[in-house]
Amino acid sequence: MKRVSKLVCLFLTLIVSQTAIAQDAEMADGMRASGKIYVVVGIILIVLIGLVVYLFMTDKKLSKLEEQLNRTSKPKGV
Amino acid sequence: MKTWLKVVAVILLFYVHLAGMLGDVPRLHILNETIRALYFHVPMWFGMCALFLVSVYHSVIYLRNPTVDTDRKAVEYANVGLVFGILGMLTGMLWANYAWGSPWHGDPKQNGAAIALLVYMAYFVLRGSLENQEQKARLSAVYNIFAFAAMIPLIFIIPRMTSSMHPGSGGNPGFNMYDLDNRMRLIFYPAVIAWILVGVWIASQRIRYRKIQDQLSDLEYEKSI
Repeated sequence: MKRVSKLVCLFLTLIVSQTAIAQDAEMADGMRASGKIYVVVGIILIVLIGLVVYLFMTDKKLSKLEEQLNRTSKPKGV
Repeated sequence: MKTWLKVVAVILLFYVHLAGMLGDVPRLHILNETIRALYFHVPMWFGMCALFLVSVYHSVIYLRNPTVDTDRKAVEYANVGLVFGILGMLTGMLWANYAWGSPWHGDPKQNGAAIALLVYMAYFVLRGSLENQEQKARLSAVYNIFAFAAMIPLIFIIPRMTSSMHPGSGGNPGFNMYDLDNRMRLIFYPAVIAWILVGVWIASQRIRYRKIQDQLSDLEYEKSI
């Protein structure tokens, strides 16, 4: 029983020291904890949505132009 | 470009933007949270290489069988590829300013990429300086093959022969930095696929635009006769 608890203790200290080493580098944990990172995520998603909508709109405009061009050039037999 | 591919690109982009910002990343000194820039900076270069590859493919096809259609494709894929390259350069400079200390560090990969971009800019200078359409298409197709052949050693070979601060350099061809973390791979590779698809999407729009332009000028020419 004593050996088992010793092992458990060793294991726990290992985990704690490991995470302590890993947590050493400064990351934006505080920003995420206070929820502000989601503001940034929202902002980049707005940009992304705008970009995608714009690309689809350009697609539509091009299709219309192609149709128009086909209609005007066909009677001439081109 | 097929609509389902566009939808795939959009879904992947949303996933990359969400997971790229909120997902777990390795905790590294100096890099800190800027390691997430990998999801947005590196796909620009992958996208550029893919688009230049499609462009040079169409140039080879043009030289074997000259049609206006293949010339249009070669130009526009190179055009969008150059835009991706410029974006990759700007994002890299911003990242380097905080990770390496200054925006321009004379890193072999950075210098090589800059030279490769200049070589590709000369492609458009060459096109702009010729009046005859056929001559323009043929000469620029030949030059495009040279430009692609110059880009490969500049970006992939020379930086690996010397020491570079980019990961995977200095004799090690592996992406050793990504190998550290499989969580990052799950976001990085979808990002690469998504941005390549977006590049092809924009190129397809520009090809259609150029085709309409050509057809209109043909109509005007017919009218003038």
